[in-house]
Amino acid sequence: MGRAALIVLVVLVVLAVALGGWIISVNNQLVRLEQSVNGTWAQVQNVYQRRADLIPNLVETVKGFAAQERTVLEEVTRARASASGVQLTPEALNDPKALERFQAVQNQLSGALSRLLVTVERYPELKSNQNFLALQTQLEGTENRIAVERRRYNEAVREYNTRLRLFPASLVAGLVGFQPKAFFEAAPGAAEPPKVKF
Amino acid sequence: MNDYAGLLAPQQAERLERLLAERERATGAQVVIAVFRSLEGESLEDFSIRLAEQWRIGRKDLDDGVIVLVFLAERRVRLEVGYGLEPVIPDAVAGRIIAERVAPRFREGRYAEGLEAAATAVYDRIASGGAAGERGARGAPAATTLAVLLVVGVIVGAVVISQLGAARRRGYTAAHGGWYAPRDVYRGGSMWGGGFGGGGFRGGGFRGGGGFSGGGGRFGGGGASGSW
Repeated sequence: MGRAALIVLVVLVVLAVALGGWIISVNNQLVRLEQSVNGTWAQVQNVYQRRADLIPNLVETVKGFAAQERTVLEEVTRARASASGVQLTPEALNDPKALERFQAVQNQLSGALSRLLVTVERYPELKSNQNFLALQTQLEGTENRIAVERRRYNEAVREYNTRLRLFPASLVAGLVGFQPKAFFEAAPGAAEPPKVKF
Repeated sequence: MNDYAGLLAPQQAERLERLLAERERATGAQVVIAVFRSLEGESLEDFSIRLAEQWRIGRKDLDDGVIVLVFLAERRVRLEVGYGLEPVIPDAVAGRIIAERVAPRFREGRYAEGLEAAATAVYDRIASGGAAGERGARGAPAATTLAVLLVVGVIVGAVVISQLGAARRRGYTAAHGGWYAPRDVYRGGSMWGGGFGGGGFRGGGFRGGGGFSGGGGRFGGGGASGSW
């Protein structure tokens, strides 16, 4: 083989190895970022579950003082049941519609909780009941946690999506099959969690 | 102890710092107090979690930090509890500590006592693994609590000896009524992007060798807020 051909061969091999190395590095970055998204998503579901877990106790406590408020209590119980029914696997995060559905069902629960807490205003013994006050603190804490974990999820998604879209990494992403993830949108009007200060 | 509002007299601040340092040495958990003049329109919980993420109080992997935030203008207090301490200081307990220990004293203008009560209540719960600390802070601890503390003390004694070097590095400095910020906050320039304007965490480094620094603890938004 001529010298020139040998040199060309060596150069091609080096280029191929460099390209391969770069593809692997981009892939690994994306994998890491995607894991971060999945991890923060797990946290989000955790804190939403935590809220759902508080509700039976809340409903019982309110019933103890305001059993006649059946409509509101039932609404909360129903909303909680539907919310618990919607769990998203990490794959579903690629689908904005799935996340929207999840959010919608959680927002419904938020709304029902708001209405319940407004109703409680009319019952002074309930409002000052130690048990209820403790539950209220826990509820506020949980809503706070939800806000925090949602923010962290959105940040993880932003990092992932950005890395995905940057050229030339986007080529690799398309090749290997990485897809952009969906964000949590702040729904108009439901942006404020039910904060009730007596 | 970070008094950005010049609320406490130097001896009170020093006394609080000594208390905090002592109990941190004893339990390993880090409780930090931060007094601000005003929230300046920000949301309390938002500010609190951002501060917690910046300062990273508590030990990495144990996430055992607590921040006591006080905002004088809005008369609001918050206990921001790290992930690791959430089982020991659940939200309801944090709420009670504020309502029963801090707010009454604050209403009477006894800020130093209120802060001390908060720190003591928090550390009592930490020391006893969540069993005690809510009632009778003044009274003698129950025999069981004492026994538990004794055992903890023995174990911790061994840890403390090995940690002595580290503890000195993490020592606290006295508040001087000026504007101070934990060293970490200063990295990378202005933290809040002008949100605090003139009142913000201005320059002026630290006296003494040991600055104040968080250990990398993480926070999830747990804790409780209250007002007085």
